[in-house]
Amino acid sequence: MNYLARKISFYVVALWAALTLNFLIPRLLPGNPVEILIQKLAARGPITPELRNSVELLLGDTSNDPIFVQYVNYLKGIFAGDFGVSITYYPQPVVEIIAQALPWTIVMIGIGTIIAFVVGITLGMLAGWKRGSWLDNLVPVTTMFQAVPYFWLALILLYVSAVQFKIFPVSGGYSYTGAGPSWDWDFISSAIYYGTLPALTIVISSFGGWLLGMRNMMVSTLSEDYIVTAEAKGLRPTRIMMAYAARNAILPSVAGFAISLGFVVSGSIVTEQVFSYPGVGSTLLQAVNNNDYSLMQGLFLVITLTVLGANLIVDLLYTVIDPRTRARS
Amino acid sequence: MTTDSLLSVKNYNIVYQVETPVHAVRNVSFELGRGEILGLAGESGCGKTTLAYGINRLLRPPAEITDGSAIFHDESGVDVDINGLTVAELRRYRWDKVSMVFQGAMNALNPVINIQKQMTDIFSTHRPEMSKSDRIDECADLLDLIGVGRDRLRSFSHELSGGMRQRVMIAMALALKPQLMIMDEPTTALDVLVQRDILQEISELRHKFGFSVIFITHDLPLLLEISDRIAIMLQGEIVEYNTPEQIYRNAGHEYTDKLLHSFPSLTGERGGFVRSGEASALTREATR
Amino acid sequence: MEVNENTMNSSADSVAQRETGRPLTGTLAVIRPRFERRRPRWQRIVFGLSPKLAIGLGIIIAITLFGLLGPMLLGNPLSIRDIGRTPPSGEFWLGTTQTGQDIFAQLAHATRGSLFIGVVVGVLAMLLSVIFGVIGSYVGGWLDESFSLFTNVMLVIPALPLIIVISSYVADKSILMLAVILAITSWAASARVLRSVTLSLRSRDYVAAARVTGERQWRIIGVEILPNLVPVLASQFVLAVIFAILGEAGLSYLGLGASGALTWGTMLFQAQNGFALTLGSWWWFVPPGLMIAVLGGALSLVNFAIDEIIDPRLRTASLDKNKKRAARRLRASIKAGATT
Repeated sequence: MNYLARKISFYVVALWAALTLNFLIPRLLPGNPVEILIQKLAARGPITPELRNSVELLLGDTSNDPIFVQYVNYLKGIFAGDFGVSITYYPQPVVEIIAQALPWTIVMIGIGTIIAFVVGITLGMLAGWKRGSWLDNLVPVTTMFQAVPYFWLALILLYVSAVQFKIFPVSGGYSYTGAGPSWDWDFISSAIYYGTLPALTIVISSFGGWLLGMRNMMVSTLSEDYIVTAEAKGLRPTRIMMAYAARNAILPSVAGFAISLGFVVSGSIVTEQVFSYPGVGSTLLQAVNNNDYSLMQGLFLVITLTVLGANLIVDLLYTVIDPRTRARS
Repeated sequence: MTTDSLLSVKNYNIVYQVETPVHAVRNVSFELGRGEILGLAGESGCGKTTLAYGINRLLRPPAEITDGSAIFHDESGVDVDINGLTVAELRRYRWDKVSMVFQGAMNALNPVINIQKQMTDIFSTHRPEMSKSDRIDECADLLDLIGVGRDRLRSFSHELSGGMRQRVMIAMALALKPQLMIMDEPTTALDVLVQRDILQEISELRHKFGFSVIFITHDLPLLLEISDRIAIMLQGEIVEYNTPEQIYRNAGHEYTDKLLHSFPSLTGERGGFVRSGEASALTREATR
Repeated sequence: MEVNENTMNSSADSVAQRETGRPLTGTLAVIRPRFERRRPRWQRIVFGLSPKLAIGLGIIIAITLFGLLGPMLLGNPLSIRDIGRTPPSGEFWLGTTQTGQDIFAQLAHATRGSLFIGVVVGVLAMLLSVIFGVIGSYVGGWLDESFSLFTNVMLVIPALPLIIVISSYVADKSILMLAVILAITSWAASARVLRSVTLSLRSRDYVAAARVTGERQWRIIGVEILPNLVPVLASQFVLAVIFAILGEAGLSYLGLGASGALTWGTMLFQAQNGFALTLGSWWWFVPPGLMIAVLGGALSLVNFAIDEIIDPRLRTASLDKNKKRAARRLRASIKAGATT
């Protein structure tokens, strides 16, 4: 379980790095976020000492405490779940706003990413298996989609299917005419309806990457000795393809998930903005436009933590599908 | 040695269809008797592995069988024209009639699937009527037989030593009790002691099950010990095809001579091939 | 000199081999094709290019020329006319914005801006990834450990949220400032690739030999290691340029781009603000995105070609017609030989 311990300690370090980055950015970069924020807050309501304190913990101290003390207090505040108060949604605490936005993004990006992964891996498997086939020759074309900016693709999809043909809604996460979020079919179906186009954007622009990676690994794997063994054993081609070639070729794709997920999350932030989707991406931009620094920092932290969490899950999955990692020290 | 034939290869030609095509196997013909060990010797790149793969139709583009025939004379009396098999027939034929042990078992086993799955899928493909527990029992028995032990069923290849991996390969090759086993440098990557053990093992199993062997190696002295007949390949052609005795005593081709003398002798004066007392015992056993 | 050249060739093979973890030739591919049929030098260069590389480079050159020459030939992209939004016409090839600005002229200037960002970020990110990937893994020890940890941490922290947060604090950004922000958030992936390749190069015999004979560290890195990294560096540079152009476009589209700059991203931002989408002014929001897509596609074609140079097995083409014909001829001659 040495591998596991190393992986977990890596994520602890990454978590610490993210927290520290979040602490340093507002303090090191130019501008005076605390003053801007306090002024904005003052316009909304009275500034209590507690409120001022929590803003200072997050964004920078004016009371001239040594930076180390500020850092410790900042960490205490974060672990207590205090991310300050939002100006945009005054007087709602940042944590509540994030809690509302996060599920939208996780479900939409999650489903989009899973579909893209499955589609890309399957097509990549087939393209690598039948090298030189029409599918294989389409590989360069599909990877072109990767070069298309997410948000531009989103714009085009929106223009074609929402503005021109009016098949899909133009913006939002669910039908605002119905009742608010609840666990009934009306709401869920409208959420699916509204989420289709954003998710489709993610699928179209990211499956090409999985496809190419899988295809190239299939090509490499197929020249392995154990494939010849499997052929000599007289196994059926589908069995060789699935249980021997694809089974091994998929490993680097899973191992490289971390890098890809960063791209997907980045891309979907802009995509959410195009569709005015009520997730963390569009909330982050709202915060940026309103100089709502505490909300912005909070969102950055939560997005990063979610990505770290997803990567940890994938890494744990990897130890299951590649037995060699368990033996490696 | 029995006289009836198991495999007749005639005028076999294999070409790598690249920019300037490479004629890797040229007009090769030989007969393999039932229960016989045929040694196939030659330096690397002489086409011996290509020939072995060709007989099992395992070649991939750009390699292509351009001419010749390989007829497998089944125990049932049916003659199988290997090049004429359809894809489905070929699949049924492989491993059931002819199994293979590959060089350097390092990569011949899939590193991320356990031994049990790699062994049972032989049965689930070729003996679909067997129940799951029967398949596992059979595999466990095979591992016991070959001296690996049934407790290794759930191991992965990286958890086994080189010798153990090669034994697992042999156990797999035995699974369907084939009539012919093609062994491509089965002992090359192993140290001398393990090599000795495995050769011993193969010899015993052959007596027990009576399969024929095509044994491919660059180590001619080793072949002299274990083969009934030896074919020497040079640049795609069989330049010499004879019994070990004849090859050792009066080699017909200068290349054979070269091969014979390219291995340092362990005993000094007696020449290239006798390595130990145990080895000559093996020779006797094999040629009996 | 002869010997030296050979080492270089075989080491380029080995890089690919290490990267994919196995030798270039499979079990059965014993013989590798050789393509040296003598042609005049220029012909060899032109025909030697794979079609992917040729098409990719062609598009890149065309777009670069458009970005270089277009702004000189076309008018001021910002001058306002009282004709308002007009669709493409003979006078304005790509129509005008709602304030009557010539979109084709804007596109030319934006091409220049985006290419500039792409190249600057590409170079900066390359420098950073060489520092963290090559130097660290070459020196080894704790420096490698900490560089590698730092790289991996940077890799799992999502780039765009970080860029958004940083750029929201930096109110007035020059185009160079933006390039720096993009570069410091995008070097990690290529640093990791470079590290693994360097690690394998480092253990090569000729590098060890250079060390033993007392060559200076920087000389070994510069003369023995970097030249062998060239194909990998090239492919990583291409990726960095794609990332930079996409990243800048995204950021500018969100209104967080460089102030006063004209890029494909700012064009899309203005199109969005001018309600191009709802008003159906496709000639406004389609061209900039299409330019990004086409350039990105061309760059990835080049990358494909580089990958195929590194690892020839990835080529898609099967036997071509000439080879098949040669094969038929040979088969016929064997048949003839067998019967006579």
